[in-house]
Order: sequence, then structure tokens, then C-alpha cells
Amino acid sequence: MNLTLNIWRQKNNTDKGGFREYKVTDVSKDMSFLEMLDVLNEQLAEKGEDPVHFDHDCREGICGMCSLYINGKPHGPLQTTTCQLHMRSFNDGETITIEPWRAKAFPVMKDLVVDRSAFDRIIQAGGYVSVNTGGVPDANEIPIPKRVADEAFDAATCIGCGACVAACKNASAMLFTSAKISQLALLPQGQVERKERAEKMVAQMDAEGFGACTNTGACEAECPKGISISNIARMNREYFSAVVSSENV
Amino acid sequence: MILDSKIPEGPLAEKWSKHKFNVKLVNPANKRKYDVIVVGTGLAGASAAASLAELGYNVKAFCFQDSPRRAHSIAAQGGINAAKNYQNDGDSVFRLFYDTIKGGDYRAREANVYRLAEVSVNIIDQCVAQGVPFAREYGGLLANRSFGGAQVSRTFYARGQTGQQLLLGAYSALSRQVANGKVKLYPRTEMMDVVIVDGKARGIVTRNLITGAIESHSAHAVLLCTGGYGNVFFLSTNAMGSNVTAAWRAHKKGALMANPCFTQIHPTCIPVSGDHQSKLTLMSESLRNDGRVWVPATAEMAEKLRKGQITANEIKEEDRDYFLERKYPSFGNLVPRDVASRNAKYVCDEGRGVNETGEAVFLDFRDAIIRDSEDVIRAKYGNLFDMYQQITGENPYKVPMKIYPAVHYTMGGLWVDYNLMTNVPGLYALGEANFSDHGANRLGASALMQGLADGYFVIPYTIGDYLAQTPYTKIPTDHPEFQKAEAEVKARIQKLLDIPGEKTVDYFHKKLGKIMWDYCGMARTEEGLKKAKAMIKELKAEFWRNVNVLGGNEELNHSLEKAHRVADFLELGELMVDDALNRNESCGGHFREEYQTPEGEALRDDENYAYVAAWQYVGEGQEEVLHKEPLLFENVKLTQRSYK
Ligand SMILES: Cc1cc2nc3c(=O)[nH]c(=O)nc-3n(C[C@H](O)[C@H](O)[C@H](O)COP(=O)(O)OP(=O)(O)OC[C@H]3O[C@@H](n4cnc5c(N)ncnc54)[C@H](O)[C@@H]3O)c2cc1C
Ligand code: SF4
Ligand code: FES
Repeated sequence: MNLTLNIWRQKNNTDKGGFREYKVTDVSKDMSFLEMLDVLNEQLAEKGEDPVHFDHDCREGICGMCSLYINGKPHGPLQTTTCQLHMRSFNDGETITIEPWRAKAFPVMKDLVVDRSAFDRIIQAGGYVSVNTGGVPDANEIPIPKRVADEAFDAATCIGCGACVAACKNASAMLFTSAKISQLALLPQGQVERKERAEKMVAQMDAEGFGACTNTGACEAECPKGISISNIARMNREYFSAVVSSENV
Repeated sequence: MILDSKIPEGPLAEKWSKHKFNVKLVNPANKRKYDVIVVGTGLAGASAAASLAELGYNVKAFCFQDSPRRAHSIAAQGGINAAKNYQNDGDSVFRLFYDTIKGGDYRAREANVYRLAEVSVNIIDQCVAQGVPFAREYGGLLANRSFGGAQVSRTFYARGQTGQQLLLGAYSALSRQVANGKVKLYPRTEMMDVVIVDGKARGIVTRNLITGAIESHSAHAVLLCTGGYGNVFFLSTNAMGSNVTAAWRAHKKGALMANPCFTQIHPTCIPVSGDHQSKLTLMSESLRNDGRVWVPATAEMAEKLRKGQITANEIKEEDRDYFLERKYPSFGNLVPRDVASRNAKYVCDEGRGVNETGEAVFLDFRDAIIRDSEDVIRAKYGNLFDMYQQITGENPYKVPMKIYPAVHYTMGGLWVDYNLMTNVPGLYALGEANFSDHGANRLGASALMQGLADGYFVIPYTIGDYLAQTPYTKIPTDHPEFQKAEAEVKARIQKLLDIPGEKTVDYFHKKLGKIMWDYCGMARTEEGLKKAKAMIKELKAEFWRNVNVLGGNEELNHSLEKAHRVADFLELGELMVDDALNRNESCGGHFREEYQTPEGEALRDDENYAYVAAWQYVGEGQEEVLHKEPLLFENVKLTQRSYK
């Protein structure tokens, strides 16, 4: 197939940036979206033009490094990561618009590459169980009902890609933050620090400049890992019960 | 040069305990006087950085991705081994040790492997305490599955995302130490060189991938946890950024590279579909628990299949050749990877391959679905089946998967002693970056185990022994050795940018990959390897003459990043070929066609090759010098591996 690509180009963090149009030809339906961009970049490189920069690494839908806002949707038309999106989802002759994630807390570094270190800082605020290496009980001394373990697992599969933020008109990071809070609130290992964790992670999320949640559900609809919006409800419960009984006032 | 492996004295089962008692300790109050650099935040790096920070050392952690959580370990699917014997099926530390030594075709050190098996049980405890959601049974206790090369169920797993969950556990421990101020993170930062002062590793030079700034970092010890080099083949199951650069720069500064030709070709990957392909996707080995591998019994039938005249489901039971079950009745589909891969190649070479390229075999779940129901299979492998369908457009619940071997893991790596220290004092290598525990073939679910063993339970002890003998004095980064290393890095960048070439970096990477796959891949011959060596030399010369690296240094520049990595792969490729040529035997994943049994199995030569081949870099354009570390087997008997 032949395609027209309308791609956001921005030299660096301070550049204003803008769209540029490119043509790619001979795209096969079996290519992944990123392989299609590889083809474009080889073409640009052969002409001595600066390739389009985008983040990616595993290309298996698990590292969370790839992003891209494709035709107005994070990770494109399917509920999957951009690296797992294949060109069979597009038609010959189509024009595809490609932009970076847009959110105040995710500044653009170059072209389609953004800085998501705010997510790391939210985890640093409390997304862990405070155990040191060694001196822990035997693994089977902590039995966990399968149902609970499975639910915790569902929350734990978040890949930290940021599509939820990109999808949200308020650029809220509630889905991401609530996934971690839920995982640990469900598991017995997470009980000891449960309240403190919810408070600190929510505070950090706010400090990073992410917006509030107005329950539009766009995050859940676009999350490539199917993280459920019910995690946000759980986070809110955790947070309010924590503030009510807070020792850190 | 004498290679001292520093294996402790005494009976196998007591070596590690004794060693832990005998090593020197750093007093808790003095640990804060030492700085440690950890390059890499995969399982090995994140677990090491977190554990060392918990002990009180000041840690700086580096990775090239935008977050430590994205290290390539995140992609591991199937599981992690541990000798817990929770299933009461006869597992033990000794059995895990034995399976690993045998699986590695007797080319690993007994003492290291035993220690690995010993600490494996602690890893599971640690991960569960962190909140890693492993699969569980209805009674609430942990579930297990089996992996290749073992007859017990000792693999712990988290659906098909074990690496993700383990890495997120280690990342959370790391994040906690960042919050405590004991770890400073440097994401999007690439290590460009090691700095050696008075013969000891004292720091690194890095490039900030966003701004291009070249910076020096000083420390009392440097840990390389930088993963494997499978991407030398261009197409592999590794993440796109996986590279050899950190290890290779250390090698050029004096650290030996051990067994570089030992690479693992994984039997179950999605086959290559075209020239555009940028990477290959693994379908976890755990699938071989329930999937049956087969091809049509005859080449004629395979041809009909390729032409679309019949479909797989139409082929009758008696016309199917379940070749692994037929040849290896006791291990069946769960033979080790090297054996499974080689046999897939054999049947395809016979013209029985099942896709258009003729390079694929079936992995069929029909019988498992009839036996257990689609829901049970979905619960076990759902995400893998989805991934398969997304990539190929075929539904594996309805038609058999097509799979073919692909480069997956590198057993070779930096030579380290029992303390995980390279021959350069103060320079350590952990995880896939070292060569230590898997011999000539790694068993499934053992890399995660090794990375976490190294980081959580080995380095916290062994590094103390070294640091206790190191003065607190810090070396300022304006020291002449740092200045020199920075100048060299800058000069190399300029040299790459200045080449008035015409070809893209990927052009060279693809060419190198093809040479490596054709001549230094699943089957190797003396003649082919010699040819490969000449081709690589020529390609390397062309690279430095004709590559076109776009853009400048002072910006985010993927072309420049790749150019550095490919330049190092070109040098590594040549060494891999030298190593494969030197080893006139077949063992594990290293299969020299000249050396095989009448049944086509690997034929070892224990008399002449029961050693670790450790290579020393002696200068640009010169042949590397080989050092041999003999492997002594006191607890297992060397036999021809049999999985029949
Ligand atoms: C698809 C797939 C599935 C797998 N499944 C399993 C499995 O089920 N079970 C199992 O046991 N094993 C499995 N493996 C193997 C296993 O995942 C790896 O061997 C292991 O995770 C390697 O961990 P590591 O910590 O050594 O390195 P990695 O996780 O590769 O981490 C390397 C780190 O080094 C950093 N780095 C590299 N170079 C530089 C540099 N120059 N400068 C700065 N930083 C650098 C990277 O940023 C990264 O943080 C699988 C591998 C693949 C490819
Ligand atoms: S919640 Fe979903 S969309 Fe948001 S970061 Fe996690 S995986 Fe990505
Ligand atoms: S590149 Fe890793 S999730 Fe897309």
C-alpha cells in the first residue's frame, strides 16, 4: 500500500515544532506500524534527512516504551501498543496523522519522544513494599486466594506507557497510579503501608501536574493492557480512608 | 595470564556458606563511604542496585531506556526456576544443579552452578515478599509448570509475563532506594567507556542521550549488568536497543570475553515474514508443555500445504510426524532448546517446512484444547496467543501455530570469577552480560534465576570483600585517566560523524546479521566460519569508510547511538567466529557439523575442550589471545547428553 504520513517534527524541547508530510510506498500489510516508520526512516536517511525519532524497545507490547498518538488515538485504532499494531489495520491511500503524547507532565524531547519520568517519581513515592533483600518468610507462608492474586495481577500488568494520560482530556494519571495502588492494596504484603502509600502516591501525582479525573473512561478504553477503571474507584476509597485517619497531617 | 576462578575449597554443598563466612566485611557505618556504579537496570542491575543501596552503599544506576522499568528483562515470558520442591516431585538443589550442568553440556563451572541452585529458593521468597503476583493454585499456594530439560515442575510463573512482574518487583525495590536518596538514577544515559586507574576500575564515561553531553562518573567499583549481545545477528528476540557496547568497551580495556560463540537459538519463535522485519518474537517455551511440535510426514504433503492445497487441520494423524516425541520419547516436546532447534532445522532442510519460506514447523494445541478446554489453555497462555494472532493474523486456538528457531540468548560474555569480578579488579559483570552459569546451552527459566541470584544474593556478599580492601579515597573526575577516556569517546563520536559515507547504519547491521546467521548460527563448519571471518573484516572496513551517520552529537540522535553499537557488533562478530573456529567440537548450542554422532547429536571432546575460552584484546587489528580456564568436574560424570 501507499500512504501519506502527517508527522509532528520538533527539534528539541524548546523548539515550537509542527507537522510535516511524507509519502511511503510499498508498505506491506504484515509490517508492524513501527516497521513502517523504519522504512520511512531508511528512506529519509538515504536522502541525508534527519530520521523521525520515536521511542521503542521490546517491540513485543511489554516494555511500555513505544507511544504515538495515531489519528487522534493513543497507540492507534486497536486496543494494543503501537509496536503490536500492524498495517493490516490501515487502507491503501490513507493519510495517517502521528503526534507525540500531549500532556504538561510529559514534555516533548524531540519529534515523537516525550519525557515520562513523572511516572517513575510516582512509583518512588510509595509504589513498593518496604522489604529489604533477605530475611523474608518462605514464599508459601503467605497464601493468597487465587481470585485475589488474579485481580492483583490484572492491575500489575500496567506497562507504564502513558496512553491513559494521553487519552484523557485532563491528562490525568489516575489509571496508572491506581493500578499500582490496587495491586498492593489487594495483596497481604501491601497492607502494612497501605494508607501511607495511597496518600503519598496521589500527592506526587498531583505535584507532577497531572490533571483531575472526571470519569470519562477514555483511559480504560485506550489502555493497551485493559487496566480497569474500577482501580480508580479503589484508589479513591484507599485515599479517602487514608486521609480520614491520617497520621501525616 | 593465569585465570584464577577463586572457587572456594571444600565440598560442593559447603563452598558458598564457607565463602560467605570467609569474605571480608565492610562495617555498616563505613559502607556509606563507598560509591558503586551499576550499569543496567534489568533483573541483574536493578536487584544489585537496590540490594547494595539497602546495605548502605551509594549507588548510581544507569540505563539507556527512558525508565529503569523498561530494561529488556521485562520481556521474559515463561518463568523462573527454583528448587523449592513445592510439588513433591523429587526436586532438590542438587537436581537443579545437575540439570543445569547437563543442560549446559558440561561447559560451566560446578561451583557457580551449585550456588545458583542453592540461592534459587531465596529468590522466590524475596519476590513474593515484594508483592510479585505469581500464579497460584486454588488453595492459595504457588503454582509451578515444567520447562525444557527437566523432569520436575520447578518453574514459577506469572502468566506469560514473568519477566515483567519480576522486573517490576526489582524496580520497586530500586525506586524505594531512589526515594531514600541512596540510588541516583541516570536514565537515557549510555555508558561509553570504563575508566581504569592504577589497574582498577574506577568509573565510567557516559553520553546523555538527550543532550549528547559526555560525562564522567567516579566510584570505587563498577558493575556491568548490561545484558546479552544477541542483536549481533540483527534479527533476534532481544529488544531493539540490546547491545554489546558496555561489555565490549570493558573488553577493550582489558576484561576477557569468555565463550563468545555460545549463543542460544530458541526453538519457538514466530517465523520471519519478510525483508522489513525488525525483530523476531518469541513464543514462550512454556507452550511446549501443552503444544505438540510436528511437520507432515512427507515432503510432498508439506509442499501441498505450502501451496495452500490442503490445510494443517486436514492432515490425518498418521500423516503427521511429531518428530520430538518420536526421537526423544522420555522428554518429548520438552527437550532442551538446542536439541529442539536443531531438529526443527533438520526437518525443514528435508523439505518438510510448513510455511511459504519452508522455514517453519507446527506447534499444535488441538489435543490440549480437547483434553483441557479452550478456557484452561486461555488462562495459561492467553496473552501469548493474543500476541501471536496480532502478529500473524491467525487464530492459534483454531489452527496450529507456526514456529521457527531464532537467536535468543547469549551464554558467552565477560569472564568473571566466583565473586563475579572480571579479571580487571573492581569491575564486575552480572546477569546475561557475564558467561558464568549456563555453559554451552541455557535451560529455560534459568536466566531470570541467574540475574536475580547475581544481584540479590551474590554481589552483596562478594563486593564487600573487595571494597573492604579498597581505601575510601575518591578519585576526582578531572583525573587524567577520566580526561583521557572522555577525549577518546569524543574523538570516536567525531570520527563517526565525519565519515562521508552513503550507506545507513542498518544496512551494515543487516549484512552482519546475515553473515552471522548463515555461518555462525545453528550449524557451523570450519569452511563457513573462515569465509565469515573474511566477510566481516571486509564489512567492518566498509563501515568505517562508507557509513552515513546523520545529525550531530548535541541532540537526541538514534543514528549515532546505533552507529556506536553496530561498530562494536562488527568487532564482536569477528571474535565469535574465532571462538567457534577454535572449538573443534560440538556442545550445546555450538554445533560444528564436522563433530556429530551418527544420530546427528552434538559430539563433545572433553579431553581437549573442557575449558572456558577467554579471549584477550591486544590491540586494533590484531588477533585476540586465547586463555584457557580448565573446567573440573568432581561431582558429576561427563556423559553424552541423552534426552531419549
Ligand atoms: C523474549 C524473551 C523472553 C525470555 N523469557 C525468559 C524466561 O521466561 N525465563 C528466563 O529465565 N529467561 C528468559 N529470557 C532471558 C532473560 O530475559 C534475559 O537473559 C535476562 O532478563 C537478562 O537480564 P539482565 O539483567 O542481564 O539484562 P537486561 O534486562 O537486558 O538489562 C540490560 C540493562 O542494561 C542497560 N544497558 C545496556 N547497555 C548499556 C549501555 N551501554 N549503557 C547504559 N545502559 C546499558 C539497559 O538499559 C538495561 O537496563 C527471555 C529473553 C527474551 C528475549
Ligand atoms: S494504565 Fe494502561 S495506558 Fe496507563 S500506563 Fe498503564 S498500561 Fe499504559
Ligand atoms: S516497544 Fe515495548 S511496548 Fe512497544
